[in-house]
Order: sequence, then structure tokens, then C-alpha cells
Amino acid sequence: MKSATAPAAGTKPAHGAADGAIPGIPPETLSGIPVKPLYTETDLPGDVEKRLTPPGEFPYLRGLHPGMYRTRLWTMRQFAGYGSAAHTNERFHYLLKHGGTGLSTAFDMPTLMGYDADHPMSLGEVGREGVAVSTLEDMEILFKGIPLDEVTTSMTINAPAIVLLAMYVAVGERHGIPAAKLGGTVQADMLKEYIAQKEWIIPPRPAVKLCVDMIEWCAANMPKWNSISISGYHIREAGATAAQELAFTLADGIGYVEECVKRGMDVDSFAPRLSFFWDVHNDFFEEIAKFRAGRKIWATVMRDRFHAKNARSLMLRTHAQTAGVSLTAQQPLNNVARVAIQALAAVLGGTQSLHTNSMDETLALPTEEAATVALRTQQIIAYETGVTNTPDPLAGSYFVEALTARIEEEALAYIRRIDEMGGIIVAVEKGYPQKEIADSAYQFQQQVERGERVIVGVNKFQAENEEITIPVLKIDPAIERGQIERVRAVRARRAKAPYEQSMAALRDACMSTKNLMPYVLDAVRAEATLGEICDVFREAYGVYREPAVF
Amino acid sequence: MAKKIRVLVAKAGLDGHDRGAKVVASAMRDAGFEVIYTGLHQTPEMIVQAAVQEDVDAVALSILSGAHMTLFPRVLELMREKGLNDVLLTGGGIIPKEDMETLAKQGVGELFGPGTPTGAIIEYVRGWVAKHRSPAGSAT
Repeated sequence: MKSATAPAAGTKPAHGAADGAIPGIPPETLSGIPVKPLYTETDLPGDVEKRLTPPGEFPYLRGLHPGMYRTRLWTMRQFAGYGSAAHTNERFHYLLKHGGTGLSTAFDMPTLMGYDADHPMSLGEVGREGVAVSTLEDMEILFKGIPLDEVTTSMTINAPAIVLLAMYVAVGERHGIPAAKLGGTVQADMLKEYIAQKEWIIPPRPAVKLCVDMIEWCAANMPKWNSISISGYHIREAGATAAQELAFTLADGIGYVEECVKRGMDVDSFAPRLSFFWDVHNDFFEEIAKFRAGRKIWATVMRDRFHAKNARSLMLRTHAQTAGVSLTAQQPLNNVARVAIQALAAVLGGTQSLHTNSMDETLALPTEEAATVALRTQQIIAYETGVTNTPDPLAGSYFVEALTARIEEEALAYIRRIDEMGGIIVAVEKGYPQKEIADSAYQFQQQVERGERVIVGVNKFQAENEEITIPVLKIDPAIERGQIERVRAVRARRAKAPYEQSMAALRDACMSTKNLMPYVLDAVRAEATLGEICDVFREAYGVYREPAVF
Repeated sequence: MAKKIRVLVAKAGLDGHDRGAKVVASAMRDAGFEVIYTGLHQTPEMIVQAAVQEDVDAVALSILSGAHMTLFPRVLELMREKGLNDVLLTGGGIIPKEDMETLAKQGVGELFGPGTPTGAIIEYVRGWVAKHRSPAGSAT
């Protein structure tokens, strides 16, 4: 870290040689990549012409489609979920009515960890961080009145994803909509759970097996469904740099493709339905560069390492979400500005889908008003700024191209290191990405505390005696009691024989190498609960415990 | 030599957000504390058991899942049952101010929200231990 020497008052550093950076604005990106005072033609990568093919052409650095947003806007997909299924269903209808173009479901902690609402571990957590879903009945209420063959639905669910996917398919069946007509995404990326988000049930290897079961089943039965959303978001939020986010996520992607290929699947049978999920952080150009570099690396890996033939297998399609970690509890209205700038970076980076965070998310789940401002921010970018008129408008910028190449290079170095370790599953078991991320997080915090990095309203420009007065969403504790009663009622009234038969078949299947999806689907149809099915997994595969290191 | 302050950094319930807990644990270690980190998904019983076994001066509980009004009182109750009356229960996470005030009335120490410098947490724990743990900072 260099020390910044401010120029004497009244003197201006010579143009092009300005190295006296302003205190609190280090001459490096948020991830620590040094930034030169000036970029010129000599900073362009040597193979710039090969890199900058038109959008829609390999290596897709400039975007996946020739017209990009000129022909189709990104999907405005706002993540929502709280309280009971009925509450979230209301929020879904509200978002669609206000111009949201896709649904995105946030589940509560018990659901994410595979516990029913009445499990002792669920105490105090039901409906707090998302919607509580224990039964097929909850799932039906959640999507009541939503045309499942018209709207695409994303579900942020990982460890028990196979259960929620089966429930969604079963709800579709009850509405007469076959699985083949359902469009959407299930996150189902377990590797990043062990790396960053830490919501797991069983150990990494059987968990990845379940992910591959879903990828395989979706490839055969759900042509419009993204069977996985390989996620950098949580990796970044846990403290990774941009290059680490890119590297660990793409390494996870490589890991899943390897496992699918090992099972004998043709790469082009499933790769077109793999999707990604990036964080969009504060450093504007670094983020744009990250999106661009990611597309190029993935296209190259899929073509050269996995010999994919279908062009769609090479395309890194991504959802993006503005960085929750960048929001401040202090002066929360400032978050509206942060989110707008981050969202603009995602759009200039060429995202396919976007969630913008609400200003109040460091305090609680968003209120309706805050969620509306977040959605309006996307609409303002789409309809008022003119940035949608031409794809990848920053192409050819000396700085952006140099940064894109640099991030690509750093990410590839990490991917090589992970390959040398024996692949991402081994690296995760060794705790390698986890440690890299924790170190980056601590370094960043130290920079902030030394005042080397400014967070407006937190370590500079603070308000005196600030009282935070914005309204905060309250979750009624009665929701937990209601949810417990509902899951118990389902267990009491369901038909015993089909339930017991389907659970016995699932138990047997867990002891084999069979694809579990059909068995889970049968159990869900017989109204087995989420917790009961996950208990079968716990018994068959054991429960994961992370070594407690910091 | 002054006795090192011993802190149990704990993650309770189902919440997996451990960035803050790990950053605070690292900062406390660098400030000369002895830090024990429980790892994720601990029950209040497991946490209090660890506090007894490790003979800590303070328990720092991190909760970002919204379950703080259930978990803090439960940990405090168990600490009292186990006779840990002179051990600080502090912590942080996404905790609205009025909830912090309610918990303070029940006997929970200061709670820290997003954006808190780690130095402020360290100073608070150090000050509390000097005042309440007797003989404070005694030679070993």
C-alpha cells in the first residue's frame, strides 16, 4: 500500500503523471488492482481484435446477443420473500403489477437448511429472512394466481433444492402445466455454499451428486429451466475480490461440468441451461470488466476443455444483484445512489437479469416502498438513460480493456491453482477458497478502519447523532405459530400409504447411484414435508460440519 | 503480564453469515485477545457450554438472520443458569435499535450494527472486562 502525498495547495499535478492520490481514494480498484494515472493505446491487450468480436460471437466478451438491450431488455427480477407463503404471494402480485418481469423467491432459514417450521432448530427463524415453505400446500399458496407457464421463477434454494424443484413441478402438475413448460431457475449451487454462504445439510460430495441429479433431470424434462445458478454473489459478499469471485465461481462451474461428463452426459445436452449469478459491487469499471472477462473465460473453457459444439453451451448467461454488503445502515437513503451506480455497471457489463437491492436491507427485509424504489431504479436505467441503445458501449476503452484482461489473467491463475490441487471439490474440502476470502475480507476491513478507504456516512461524512428513522418491515411472531400448525395439519391429514411407500423408495434410492429426482417428486406428491425428505438425506449421507477457522 | 481477555465468538441458529464474526474474531486476536470461535449453526446450549469450558470473559454472538429476539435471551438465560453472571454477553448483526434497547433491559450488553469499526467493539469489551471481571487484569 503506498502512502498518498497530497499536492501542495494551488499546484496541480502534471496531466498524465498525477500520482498524488487523494486520501481515501487509493489508486487501485476496490479489489486492489493498481490503476495507472493514464491509459493509452499501449495498454490495450495484444490480441484486442480477437477479443473484441461483435456481440453474439465467440468469445462473447462484448455480450451474448448481437442486439443486446436494443432488442430485449434484461429481466427485472426482484428477490422477494418473507413471512408466510400468503404474504409473499401478495408481494409477488405487487411486483408483477408494477412492471417486474420475473419472480425470485427468498426462503427463510429453516427452509434453506432443510428443516420444517416445527423443528427445534427453526425456533425464532420462521419467515424472518424469507418465506417459510415446509409443505406442497405452502408452495401452492406461494404461487396462487401466478401463471406458471408465462412468468419465469427463480428460487434461491440450495441444500434442499431438489425438494423445492420437485414441489414447483408438482404445483405445475396440479395446475395442468407440464414440467416442460415451466421456465425459471433453481440456484442449486452447493459448492459456493461450502465456500461462502454456509447453508448446507450433507457433505460436499453427495451434495454435488444431488446437484448433478437435478441438472440431468432438467436436461431431459425441463428444456426451459435453468438447472443451476452458479453463484459468485455469495462469494463476493463474503469478502472475495472481483477476480476471486470470478475464479471460484467459474471453477465451481468447471466442477459441475466435470461431474456431469463423468456421469456420461453429453456436454451440449445440459450446458445451455447452466446459468450464473454475479455480484455488482461499487467499483464501476472493475465490475464491468468482470462481467466481460467472465464471458470470455467460460466460452473458452467450454469450447477448448469440454469440447462443447452448441454455441449456447459457450454462453455465460447471468443474473446479477447489486452488492448487499456495500449498503450502509448509516444514512440509508444514500444506498439508493449506490444501487443505481451498481445497477448501471451490471447493465454496461451485459447482464441478462438483475435484482436491485432496497435501501433498507441492512436494517431488515425491504418494505414495499423501498422495494419499489429499487425496481424503479432499473426502469430509469432502461428507459431514461439511453444506455440500452448499443451493446457494450465501453468496448475499446483503453482502461476497460486493460482491466478486463487483467481480471481475466488473475482469475485464470486461480483456476490453474485449483486444477493443480485436484479440482474445486478438493480445494473446498481443504478450505482453500474459504481462507482466501476470509483474508480478503479482513484486509478490506483494515483498510476501512485505517481510513484508506472511505465509506460515505460510515467513516467519513458521518451525520452527527444520527437516528435512523426509515420504516422497517416487521415480521409478526404469530407467523411462526401459524406455520407450525399448518405443517402439523398436513402430516395429520395426508394419506399414509403413498407417503410411506414413496419415502421407503427414496431411502433405497439414496443407497444407490440412481438419480433421486423422480423419487423426491413422488415423495412430494404424497405430501412428504421438506424436513422429512431432508432427514432421509441426513441419514443416508451424514451431516456436514465445517472446521471452525478464522 | 496482564491476563489475556478471553472471548467466545459464536454463531447461533441457522444463520450462515460469518464474514462479520470472522473479521471481528481476527481483529480481537490481533488486539491481543484469546479468541475461541464456535463455528456455525450452534444451539444456545452448545454456546453456553463452550463459554463454561473455555472460561471466557465475554461471549460475542453474531446474528444476521432476524432471530436475535429469540437467541440472545435464550443464551443469557442459560448463562445465568450456569452461573456465568460476571461474563459479558455482547454481539452484533442486523438488529434494529429498539430491539437492542429491549435486549439491554434484559441484561444483554451493547450490540453492534453494520459499519461498526472493530476497534469500538474491542474497546467496549476491554472496558467492560476491566470494570466487571475481578480481579480485572490481574497478573497470572
